[in-house]
Amino acid sequence: MNWTGRRLPRTEDPALLRGEGAFTADLAAGARAVRFLRSPYAAGRILSISAPDLPHGALLVTGADLEGVGPIRPELFRFNYRAISQPVLPRERVHFVGQPMAAVVAATPEEAEDIAEAVLLEIEPEDPVVTIDDALRPGALTLHPEAPGNLVVDGVIRHPGCEAAFARADCIVELTLRSGRQNATPMEARAGLAAYDRATGRIRLTASCQMPHMLRTGIATLLGMAEADLQVVAPDVGGGFGQKMALFPEYPLLVWLARRHRGSFCWVEDRNENLIASAHSREQRHHLRAAFAADGTLLGLEADILANTGAFSCYPTTCGVEPLMALAEYPGPYRLPTYAARARALATNTCPAAPYRGVSRPVVTFGLERLMDRAAAALGMDPVALRRRNLVTDFPHVTPTGLTLDQASYVEALDRAVAAADLPAFRARQEAARREGRYLGLGLAVFNERTGYGTPAFAARGMGIVPGYEVVDIAMTPAGEVEVRIGASPHGQGLRTTLAQLAADRLGLEPSQIRVIHGDTDRTPYGWGSFASRGAVIAGGATQLAADKLAARLRRAAARLLQAEPEAIALRDGAAWAGEASIPLTEVARRVHQRSEQLSDLDGFNLAETAQYDPGGTFSNACHIAEVEVDAETGHVRVHRFLVVEDAGRLLNPLIADGQVHGGVAQGIANALLEEVLYAADGNPLTGSLADYLPPSAAEIPPIEIIHLETESPETLTGAKGLGEGGAIGAPAAIANAISDALSPFGVDIAELPATPARIRALIRNAR
Amino acid sequence: MSKTPIRLTVNGLPHEVAVEPRRTLADALRDDCGLTGTHLGCEHGVCGACTVLLDGEAVRACLHFAIQADGHAIRTVEGLAAPDGSLNPLQRAFWENHGLQCGFCTPGFLMLATWMLEQPGPVDEARLRHVLSSNLCRCTGYQNILTAVRTAAQELGKWREGATPA
Repeated sequence: MNWTGRRLPRTEDPALLRGEGAFTADLAAGARAVRFLRSPYAAGRILSISAPDLPHGALLVTGADLEGVGPIRPELFRFNYRAISQPVLPRERVHFVGQPMAAVVAATPEEAEDIAEAVLLEIEPEDPVVTIDDALRPGALTLHPEAPGNLVVDGVIRHPGCEAAFARADCIVELTLRSGRQNATPMEARAGLAAYDRATGRIRLTASCQMPHMLRTGIATLLGMAEADLQVVAPDVGGGFGQKMALFPEYPLLVWLARRHRGSFCWVEDRNENLIASAHSREQRHHLRAAFAADGTLLGLEADILANTGAFSCYPTTCGVEPLMALAEYPGPYRLPTYAARARALATNTCPAAPYRGVSRPVVTFGLERLMDRAAAALGMDPVALRRRNLVTDFPHVTPTGLTLDQASYVEALDRAVAAADLPAFRARQEAARREGRYLGLGLAVFNERTGYGTPAFAARGMGIVPGYEVVDIAMTPAGEVEVRIGASPHGQGLRTTLAQLAADRLGLEPSQIRVIHGDTDRTPYGWGSFASRGAVIAGGATQLAADKLAARLRRAAARLLQAEPEAIALRDGAAWAGEASIPLTEVARRVHQRSEQLSDLDGFNLAETAQYDPGGTFSNACHIAEVEVDAETGHVRVHRFLVVEDAGRLLNPLIADGQVHGGVAQGIANALLEEVLYAADGNPLTGSLADYLPPSAAEIPPIEIIHLETESPETLTGAKGLGEGGAIGAPAAIANAISDALSPFGVDIAELPATPARIRALIRNAR
Repeated sequence: MSKTPIRLTVNGLPHEVAVEPRRTLADALRDDCGLTGTHLGCEHGVCGACTVLLDGEAVRACLHFAIQADGHAIRTVEGLAAPDGSLNPLQRAFWENHGLQCGFCTPGFLMLATWMLEQPGPVDEARLRHVLSSNLCRCTGYQNILTAVRTAAQELGKWREGATPA
């Protein structure tokens, strides 16, 4: 029975559907409540923090209490990175509205909030740096003395021949684009519960996080405690999308409280805190120049990338993650002979930036695909033909930034999407609608998505903490069930199901006989987590390797028991077979464990194996097509149709794969139309509720059509490429191009996202 | 702050608890009744993760004070499955159609859809989208939630074919 590739409903679901999930806040009974006091100023000097008489049992913790607790200070050894520090609680200065300044502990969350309201914060405000332009202004406030001019990262790539390419170009297209700031907005905000175990002196931190092992290492280091005395558990986690990768100051503070006061302490973030003080992303400005020959051949690209990365550098990726991802991946799926680019991260008095689904590639794709449409117009070419002329067709292909593109289907995906969209029919509808004063538009976005990359890719970025590999421990119990312990930590991606499908096929079992165990540093091998579209590729590859090792052990044992050669043994239907003869795997397992005198000379005792996997990476690809209607009076955009042709290699569970695409596309549509974190000039956030920051509802998301291509990757063990982020990467560009197409009668196009009604109205007004 | 004794009937069972007047129904269900299946996503009435049925009406449990529910009947996600844990048709449709990923918003969507399917008259595509746009989900892009509720409505004889999804 082949389980891999089937649309298998997830084993995760029944408990969640019965309301029996265990999210961090669900486990808080008996813990004391923690409330963080957050800075009301974007920049300022702390004069004092004081509280009137605290009720019995309540605590106020400030930076002065945290003697010996180190700052959060991730490292990057390249790209002129300036290592800046974030104190767990600051003593001298505050750097953004929402920064935790102190913590109040009380018996209940209500009491803690009452006390927090009575705490007096004396702060001498300073003139903050809020925008990219603020940060670049000479004489602006310097946030960190280590980073003069607020420049934290300054990466430069200059490929020889770039100037010459522009000198001989027939057509040069320029574009400045802006991407608004966003919040990943997982439905479960952050939460942590630190509990002291009196018997062992250990602390268990249960946290809504994506990287439990990294969190453990990071916190133990900051607090100077034995890592072995800290257990980190990621229970059910209500979405992350990158935001929950980071080591936030709230978590070490909880562990500090549990150690110091030998008790249980729980913090459950509210939505306002999450919106203003967790992590933001995507606030970038790119200036692009592209050189084309008259026949549409792309000759060269220049990019100046500026990212507003907020007040601190997120751990472990650093604030370089956004600008450097853009720097490395701008060539996208196109043949680019020469490339010159500079990418800078700027510190400002705003919430720190962290990865969010797609990391910069939504902005990069927005840039490249707007460039393609603008170039097509300038050259008088069909935009599809222009893309087809420049897409990479021969693999492997090495980009000017040194990335190797493995086998993919860039042109085929484009052609399939264009055919499915039926462009001639659309153009006829568009023409008819325009005669009625209605503005329809169609936009496409072609892109590739670097996925499933291991240590080499992160090391190349020069990170002080290099993630990448995954380790899987596998064991068969004496009763014949299989336990798969993974270092990765899924939170909605369904790895418990997908990995069970992979292991079941290698072992001749059913997925229901496989238990995948994750999210607990006491019970899983050291590993990294679920992010960067890597789970199916890396945890999947390691699971497959581990299962193969276990299968080999089972074959050798069964061969002895069946008096056959190991090579002649097949594992299927829960048994080991030698021709017609068979023995149930439950019996093999029992004999190995309980009659080891018969078998231990083969492979020793028990049935446990471990495997690790650290691939170099692969590239998924896709073409997105959006059809929109723009109301020229109100600026409102309605998405009528959204089509995805996705190639993520071999699909391990198409039900789950489709779900990943759906969710990514919805976030991408919201990125294009709705969601933007806004700050006032004084650094006060203006989008502190879900009535101001606008994740989409079912009313805004159209039906999403998906066509899968399956170009199996030679670079991954499972043949799968990752697809967690792709939906979010392509959709903003496709929507921007569709709106631009719709507005072409006005001679305007979209260079800033989100394309809100106000922005669209302004574009049309200024064109008139 | 002083506490007020109240009596809630939750999923058919009586709960006598004492709450501060400011305590929300959501907090009372979670912390006083121990029913943590009702989740809090925003605590300001936008996301709908805390949706429960109060005397048969779908409400935001974060926007009701517990004392407002004194003497009333409440249904939560914990009451949907059979006592042996087997899923009801709506829950099963969510499972089979991958209508959830992280599962955090799911209890709210289940209760919202339960309310919709218990109203008199059939459900069509427009009403499905209109009602389900009350709640937020961040993982699924709504596609499979809509499919799941549509499937359950069909199975329960509540579905009316109308215009194609738009």
